[in-house]
Amino acid sequence: MAFATTIADSENCAAGMNAGVGIVAPRKMVFTAPLPLQSGATLPQYELAYETYGTLNATKSNAVLVCHALNASHHVAGVYANEPDNIGWWDNLIGPGRALDTDKFFVIGINNLGSCFGSTGPASINPANGQPWGADFPVVTVEDWVDAQARLADELGIAQFAAVIGGSLGGMQTLCWAYRFPERVRHALVVAAAPNLSAQNIAFNEVARTAIMTDPEFHGGHFYRHGVKPVRGLRVARMIGHITYISDEQMGEKFGRNLRDGLQFGFGSEFQIESYLRYQGDKFSEYFDANTYLRITKALDYFDPAAQTGGDLAQALRAAQAKFLVVSFTTDWRFSPARSREIVQALVKNGRDVAYAEIEAPHGHDAFLLTDPQYHAVVRAYFNRIAV
Amino acid sequence: MTNVEFKIISDWIPPNAKVLDLGCGDGELLAHLAATKNAHCYGLDIDPAAVLACVARGINVIQSDLERGLAEFDDLFFDAVILSRTLQATRKTEALMKEVLRVGREAIITIPNFGHWSTRWQLGIGGRMPVSKNLPFQWYDTPNVHFATLRDFDVFCAEKQVRILDQIALSQGVVVKRLRNARADVGIYRLQDGRNSSI
Repeated sequence: MAFATTIADSENCAAGMNAGVGIVAPRKMVFTAPLPLQSGATLPQYELAYETYGTLNATKSNAVLVCHALNASHHVAGVYANEPDNIGWWDNLIGPGRALDTDKFFVIGINNLGSCFGSTGPASINPANGQPWGADFPVVTVEDWVDAQARLADELGIAQFAAVIGGSLGGMQTLCWAYRFPERVRHALVVAAAPNLSAQNIAFNEVARTAIMTDPEFHGGHFYRHGVKPVRGLRVARMIGHITYISDEQMGEKFGRNLRDGLQFGFGSEFQIESYLRYQGDKFSEYFDANTYLRITKALDYFDPAAQTGGDLAQALRAAQAKFLVVSFTTDWRFSPARSREIVQALVKNGRDVAYAEIEAPHGHDAFLLTDPQYHAVVRAYFNRIAV
Repeated sequence: MTNVEFKIISDWIPPNAKVLDLGCGDGELLAHLAATKNAHCYGLDIDPAAVLACVARGINVIQSDLERGLAEFDDLFFDAVILSRTLQATRKTEALMKEVLRVGREAIITIPNFGHWSTRWQLGIGGRMPVSKNLPFQWYDTPNVHFATLRDFDVFCAEKQVRILDQIALSQGVVVKRLRNARADVGIYRLQDGRNSSI
């Protein structure tokens, strides 16, 4: 069959792995014009951390924006000179000759407002009082992020993106881009996303937030002043999040009921899954900011374009002009394929061009970050067709 | 799909039509319809290789199992829905036919003819399940679960109030008019829901 060779070709490409984008350096852009937020509040001034890979062409028609998910950042690909192990979170997808080819595209990763990785967030200094913002940092939404990203694109002289791509919460931003700035997005790649969170999803987020806010060291969000961090709350938040990112099947396969050292008849971490979750929680609580976690989960909870149109998603997406690729993963129970299908259905209803791939993958929600041959081949094939 | 089938189906698609191809494979037909008829095309296929091939040629492909129905699509959303050599491999065949006629103003259905003389010969005289170029599977590995003869399909359409707008029977790519149920290896139908049609 003619199309069987396509998979083989892309696998060969993947097998002949090249070095990726190599050493990269983050940059910062300062914005002094106040940013009006969905909440009604205004951010007086702010910085955005970002990285770029590849070269912007003369007509500035080859720019691709990569939107990040909950705990990620602008460090999308490559490594830092002083941190050779700090590999960008979507490095397996992005680089010279990779599915999102930096020889062809100019790729931009932007750290979202409210984050703790370089852009202005709760740990930044509030210019009003010279103290860390803490609890006073406004609640930001997906729309606010997209508005801020658009300003950065303006500064780079990018009037229109060849594509905007994102997974999970990044997919929500991508969707938002398509209807909020229709003329600025030629292609939208929405991966492992949903048109809004389900009640179950919000419930998980609320458990995570409760864990953080009830940690005695949270201090109402002003823990920086006390020189402490609500580490225990963050750990639990990450543990519960982590459970939802993996499929039951995958967790069973990876850990099963395996014990570390036999039953101890105590409450230490006896099962391997326990020690894994504790490890993940510990690691996360070291580098992530509790106030950021609260805000990002809120942004997830609030995102709901169809809320403006009486629940009619097609109506909500009517302004979108981009062509779409929607991708879901069969074992993703956090953002299930059914949720991606809602997006596809709305786009078809609007007569938009859309391709939808439902990838058979065992890994659950995390699959969007992993290297699956079919997934990467589809994304590669889609990007190959984008004219710049 | 043979070139002849390809051409017959193309001829039945009006210019600028909104077309859905169920089991679109590598998207060749849709690409052709987009190029020659300026059709706005969508394809459905469950096969990952087909989905990849369609994405590679820029076809709007939706990875989906036909047996789930077509709930994603509004009534009469498409000008034409194509189901080529796929109906016999579906389990909920009647339900799918209903869905096809619900979402499409017209349906173009291609079925292998189980009434072909060689099929009858193999079963009637040889006493073996028929194997042919159009039905190349053994009884134990065939994906085809709902066989029909052209006459069966005619009766189905009459009973279910499906209006046959046009039909062409082919034997090895040549149009068959007489004794079609014995001579044709494939039948191509252009159909409409008889209950909401207005021709």
